[in-house]
This record gives sequence, structure tokens and C-alpha cells, in this order.
Amino acid sequence: MSNNWPLWEVFIRSKNGLSHKHVGSLHAADAAMAVENARDVYTRRNEGISIWVVESRYITASSPDQADSLFDPANDKVYRHPTFYSLPDEVKHI
Amino acid sequence: MATENEQLLEQAFQARIDADEKIEAKDWMPEAYRKTLIRQISQHAHSEIVGMLPEGNWITRAPNLRRKVALLAKVQDEAGHGLYLYSACETLGIDRETLLDQLHSGKAKYSSIFNYPTLSWADIGAIGWLVDGAAIMNQVALCRTSYGPYARAMVRICKEESFHQRQGYEIMLTLSRGTEAQKQMAQDALNRWWEPSLMMFGPSDKDSPNTAQSMAWRVKRFTNDELRQRFVDITVPQIEFLGLSLPDAGIRWNEADGHYDFSPLNWDEFNQILQGNGPCNRQRLKARVKAHEEGAWVREAALAHAEKRRQREEQKQQSAIQVA
Repeated sequence: MSNNWPLWEVFIRSKNGLSHKHVGSLHAADAAMAVENARDVYTRRNEGISIWVVESRYITASSPDQADSLFDPANDKVYRHPTFYSLPDEVKHI
Repeated sequence: MATENEQLLEQAFQARIDADEKIEAKDWMPEAYRKTLIRQISQHAHSEIVGMLPEGNWITRAPNLRRKVALLAKVQDEAGHGLYLYSACETLGIDRETLLDQLHSGKAKYSSIFNYPTLSWADIGAIGWLVDGAAIMNQVALCRTSYGPYARAMVRICKEESFHQRQGYEIMLTLSRGTEAQKQMAQDALNRWWEPSLMMFGPSDKDSPNTAQSMAWRVKRFTNDELRQRFVDITVPQIEFLGLSLPDAGIRWNEADGHYDFSPLNWDEFNQILQGNGPCNRQRLKARVKAHEEGAWVREAALAHAEKRRQREEQKQQSAIQVA
């Protein structure tokens, strides 16, 4: 690696009660600087109250090529959805 | 030559585009699509950070504190926009250093508009109003572009950009209602920035060889001429509201088309600037390279500091284990 700062992924919680959401990435020398840069870049207009940063190389992602085999098992399990079960209209609150 | 497998992949890719699905970073994409995006997004990113130069020039000379904080915030936004775009571009497998090298060596282009000088304070008004206005017209359309990371960057940028245009128009409005000399200054800025702003949309459709493919890939959602006409149509009434004269004698309402006509643009000048012969090309690139080179020690020092901190942390943990 040359003199380049590593790449970090940034996640912001916009307000308490919501989960952190990926907003983008940036370069920084270390985690503390990544948080400071994320503050300057991604929260200039009160977009967040909490920041997570993680170095991009530590993220393991599923491959789009394998999406079919990975997510196919869920396709034929219609019995996991409430609409699979038919109940008479007279039954309320269920 | 494309193999049969590649042709199938390409057909499936186009089908996804046609169904208005977004393409994400790790999805298969034709090499030409990747290349087009890298070119377009990096040009866009470069334009954001080179665009800081003509305006940054006026921060110390803003007429009052209100104007100064607004301009500072705007220029800081442009840096942020550059960063969103570089990040989006990096998802395509090119690194930041390469992108900057391409800018600094002159291999990559940035919007030719930033090669014009900012001669008076009114230019800051005209830039916010016209240059950012033209950029917004383009960027709103790009919020629906087919590449996910680019589209998301555009959404963020558009949210932030509208203050830029409003602060510019406010400057023009104040000058237009000021003394005769101030009004003249506003008129002069409008006259100089009008045509370059219209050229920001790029060459006319008939001279834009990449447009058809970019439209098919939904990288572009509207042609250069469509966006340019839309910009003229909304901007002419804004000029009239300022009470300034129209900057082009050819501007006329065309009842039949429902649009404003305007004079043909000076594409020779545009091409000259693209080739590096605009009024400020050399100055802009020089300033950019200088900033990058003079910042090198900061980048190195930050890395060295981070490394030292990491080692210190490691030592602390080691001795804690020994004590235990």
C-alpha cells in the first residue's frame, strides 16, 4: 500500500429509534478521523445523531452471481406468509 | 468479439435496465457501461472540486458577513459533492488516486464553465443562479440514472444544491435593486455567464455521439438539448423579474412550440476550452495540482500518526496481558 488513506464505509442513525443506514464512503487515516470526516461530509444539515464507520475491507458481501441459489430457498416457502392461511371472515383480530 | 455467453449477459443486463431496475456495484455490467460511468461520474466529481476555485476566490471579498458565511457553506458543499461522487465512482473499481491523477495530468475533463474568470462580486450571484441552476437541471434528471450509487449521490446533492441557486439569485436581486452601478454589474455578469451556462448541457444532440447509448442504458434520462431548452424556459422569466435586459437578442417566445427560442451557441469557443485554451484552464489546473502537492505532507503525517497510535494501543494491550 502506498501513502493512501484506506477506504471506510459510513453508516448514520438519523434519529433514535431508527437503525444506522449506509450513506456512502470516504478515505481516512484511522477510525477517529473517519468519524470526524463523516461528520463533516454526511451530517452538515442535521442528518444524523450517531455515526458508525468500518473499514471497507472488513465487509464481507454476498455475491450477486450467487443471488439465485442464495435466496431461492425462500421462494417456495409460501407458508411463511400470513396470507397462506385462509380463515373465515367472521374471525376478527387475527 | 463478444462470446455467446457475454451476449446473453448483455441481453439480461439490458432487460433489467428496460424494467427500470437499478444496477449495483457488484452486478455484472458491460465493460462499456462501466467505462462510460467512470468517465461521466469522475468528470462530474472533478467539476465539483474545480468549481470551488472561482468562487473560493471571492470568500475574503464578500461584501458582508451574511454573504460570506453563505459562500463558505456553498464552497464547502461543493467539496462534499465531489466526495460523494468520487465515492460512487470508486465502487466501479477505480481508486481515488488514479482519478486524481487523471484530473491533474489533464487526461480527465471537468466542466468547461469553470475555466471562465470571476471578475466581480456579481459573478458569484450569476454562478449560483445560472451555473448551479443548470447543474441542478442536469442533476435532478440524474437522480433516476440506472447506476444505484450514482443515483443516490445525486439525490443527496440535489437536496443540498437548491440553497446554492437561491443564494445566487438573492445576490442578483439585491444588486438589480441597488445603485445604477450595481445594476450594471449584475447585467454584465448575466451577459458573460449566460452562454457558457447554456453550454454546460453539452453539445447539441446531433453532435453528441454518446447520447443514444447513454439513453439506452438510462445513464442519461434526457438529451442535452431537452435539458437546455427546459433551462432557458424557466430562466428567461427570472431574468425579466430582475429587470435586467435579456443577454441574447435572439431570445423570443415561440407561441407555436411553447418554448423560448434562443441564438445558436458558440461551439468553437466551447471546443477551444475543452482543448485547454480557455481563459483560466492553466490557472485552475495549476491551483488544483498545487493544493494536492502541498497537502501531501498532511496525508503522510496523518498516516504516520495513525500508525503510531495503533502501535501504542498494541503495546498497552500486550502489557495488560503480561500483568494479568
